[in-house]
Amino acid sequence: MKVKIGAFLGGLLFGVGLAIAGMTQPAKIVGFFDFFGSWDPSLAFVMLGATAVYTPVYRWAVRTWQRPIWAPAFSLPTRQDVDWRLLTGSAVFGVGWGLGGYCPGPAFTSLGARSREAFIFGAAMLVGVAAYQLFMKAREGRSGGTADQQAAAMIDG
Amino acid sequence: MLREKALAAGSPCCFESGHMESFTPIASTVGGLLIGLAAAGLLMFHGRIAGISGIAGGIFRRQEGDIAWRIMFLVGLLAAGAGWSYFRPDDYVFGIERSTTALVVAGLLVGVGTQLGSGCTSGHGVCGIGRLSKRSTVATGTFMLTAAITVFIVNELLGGAV
Repeated sequence: MKVKIGAFLGGLLFGVGLAIAGMTQPAKIVGFFDFFGSWDPSLAFVMLGATAVYTPVYRWAVRTWQRPIWAPAFSLPTRQDVDWRLLTGSAVFGVGWGLGGYCPGPAFTSLGARSREAFIFGAAMLVGVAAYQLFMKAREGRSGGTADQQAAAMIDG
Repeated sequence: MLREKALAAGSPCCFESGHMESFTPIASTVGGLLIGLAAAGLLMFHGRIAGISGIAGGIFRRQEGDIAWRIMFLVGLLAAGAGWSYFRPDDYVFGIERSTTALVVAGLLVGVGTQLGSGCTSGHGVCGIGRLSKRSTVATGTFMLTAAITVFIVNELLGGAV
């Protein structure tokens, strides 16, 4: 129960952070990438603020803790290699982000804010997520196991 | 640019988007700190990476005992939007001109792209860079670059509306 409530509170804090940061305003996202128009550097401050907290906590926790507070072990990414999936997937994601102005977190939380655009974008996004995951699952099923476990495991984030 | 002309003409549609594009260093830093705090909490308590696309994608893989926390995190995100928008609806203004078709295409690209690339702005951009991961740094550079190219095409070549 505490794990679920904790996850809920985590999502709640994350969502409030996104709204305060301006991430839920696609005009600001597009403004950050609009170097030839009216450039808005705000997104860089979001990244700086977030990594300023996350980086030291990560280093401290992962180096000195035996395990997280509520789980038997840390579930952390282990891969080091840059492969075609990472590059292609990230490139495709970037096109969608620039086109729609939402990345996944802001799309979810803006759904809660009953934004019409976030609803259309978010529904299509969920279809994309589900289609990819179910396709990978079916492929694994046919080959009798996790044929491409590295690609199947969503461990980078 | 079309949008700037509309802004100068005082068009109600684009006055709003012009307002939204103002630089907000303090609010964005404070928001970033909260995002970092939430991600740090998920690491310290759950031992998980706070990547929204990864959390959502994992739901469809349906591994035993791994679903509830994911759903609760996403419900928290939805609840934040529902609650915060009650007091600050302006924080959720769309502010750009996109057709339904463009939104659907964009959503599909983000959905498939983040799964294939194993992460999004939060998982790669915040947590991955925070972990000093080479993969996440390369991924973040890649999606930032293609987003910038896309915005250049939309704003400079297509007049800001698509």
